[in-house]
Amino acid sequence: MKEEFNIISNLIEENTRVLDVGCGNGDLMKFLQENKTKDIRGLEISKEKVQNCLSKGLTVIEGNAESDLKQFPKSSFDYVILSQTLQAFLNPELVINELLKVGKKVIVTIPNFGYWRVRLQLLFKGTMPVTENLPHEWYNTPNLHMCTIKDFYNFCSSKNIKIFKSIALKKSRISEINKSNLNYKNLDSHLGIFLIES
Amino acid sequence: MNKNINTKKIIISNSLKLDCGKEINNFPIAFETYGELNSEKSNAILVFHALTGDQYVSGKNPITNKDGWWSYVVGENKPIDTNKFFVICANVIGGCMGSYGPSTINESTGKQIGTDFPIITINDMVNAQYELIKYLKIEKLFAVVGGSMGGMQVLQFVANFPDKAKLAIPIACTSSHSAQNIAFNELGRQAIMADSKWENGFYSNYKLNPDKGLAVARMAAHITYLSEKGLQEKFGRKLQDRDSLRYGFEADFQIESYLRYQGSVFVDRFDANSYLYITRAMDYFDLSKQYKGNLSDAFKETKTKFFVISFTSDWLYPTSENREIVIALNSIGADVGFVEIESDKGHDSFLLDVPSFLKTLGDYINSTYKVINERRI
Repeated sequence: MKEEFNIISNLIEENTRVLDVGCGNGDLMKFLQENKTKDIRGLEISKEKVQNCLSKGLTVIEGNAESDLKQFPKSSFDYVILSQTLQAFLNPELVINELLKVGKKVIVTIPNFGYWRVRLQLLFKGTMPVTENLPHEWYNTPNLHMCTIKDFYNFCSSKNIKIFKSIALKKSRISEINKSNLNYKNLDSHLGIFLIES
Repeated sequence: MNKNINTKKIIISNSLKLDCGKEINNFPIAFETYGELNSEKSNAILVFHALTGDQYVSGKNPITNKDGWWSYVVGENKPIDTNKFFVICANVIGGCMGSYGPSTINESTGKQIGTDFPIITINDMVNAQYELIKYLKIEKLFAVVGGSMGGMQVLQFVANFPDKAKLAIPIACTSSHSAQNIAFNELGRQAIMADSKWENGFYSNYKLNPDKGLAVARMAAHITYLSEKGLQEKFGRKLQDRDSLRYGFEADFQIESYLRYQGSVFVDRFDANSYLYITRAMDYFDLSKQYKGNLSDAFKETKTKFFVISFTSDWLYPTSENREIVIALNSIGADVGFVEIESDKGHDSFLLDVPSFLKTLGDYINSTYKVINERRI
């Protein structure tokens, strides 16, 4: 978690306006507030988590990204963050489009379904993968649309979404993703972090 | 009810132009304060009361001898901690607890003003209370807070005085009174006016009181403050002090007895004309109309931080209406937080012991106070 926060924080310029979509208990918001910018908002669907955030004095709105991002004006944030949440939406494409409207830049992080540990489980055990990063069983997972780093990379090119930076994370090892190492990073990383713009 | 109460009161000498066109001056505002104003005057919170509330937010209400209406929220070691904050609450104009209202005695006639009192609005209420803030020499409030009609006043206050509060917390309210709410208010008013003792509003001249009408108004309104589930769980079809139905029109059911009781205690503490005037003010409230249909424009001048709260079972001021406020604020990039609290207690939730509400509200106010103070240093 800490590595992901650090990477996200390094992608953000100081004193900018940030929206964290699916902010959970506000850990990333707190981290960014201490390190980067005071001007940060959150959107979260769980009442309990919203209450936790508000209790910490964080500005968070209870709402659903699929229906409630519309209310923010175009480019009203310098950065919109979607941390490990894209796979849980009914319509990830719509959400990405909404994020790109609301934010000048968007940071998306993706638990990589192409990671070799994930692939091995399906290949050898023949069961849906359960890992540290993807702890749910098939019957109770909130993850409706799992994808791989390569899937997201290809999605961006096919939709003409500019990728400014793409970073792969394995444990605490950080590396850049590019066209030539894409297949390898897709196999050897548990998390992909993308800085994109429409 | 124009009782001889020892309430704190100031006379506003500035003239106040009301929305109806009339001007008032030299009028009283009754208020109460709790806690101490700090030397920087940075810890003041103005609480706005709801339809039948008054200035006695906390502690013992000297009129009813019951706890103040927001005792769960305001007091020592409560979510709005009076060890830390200086809390001010004024009786709204139109009210009957010492502020200028229809039961105020007209000095030239020696009689109550009655329905010669001008129609007032939420805007007028807020402007009158602003005079109190000036009188207390508070340049900027830390927060303005209120539920229901109190929440409407919060919204109007920030619209009117965009740089006078750092934080605004409208709870269980709306930016525009709905047809359903106007309908319920009209039902209450008609009940009062149908009482033969109402005498066109001049009942006090005849030493009368439209108690029956006012009690019915209160009973009807009280139902709207609860939820279907809450009523069913609390009362169901339980009988009142009897084992079987009596085949008559006495209060067979507990719910009937409860409503009758609510009606009867209400008439002892509230003036029927005030009920007419204040419900009218609520019905007239339409903040977006004041800004030519664009609610966002009401807030575009402000840097005030907002925290909007609604309750799941509140069907009088439902989450959807509270959310409209959030949407209007978001669309201008204002600083707004929002949560819908889970509760079966209906609209009344904001007045009751709803732990997740009290905790979230208290934690938010305290951590925001800390952040704002730290920033200043």
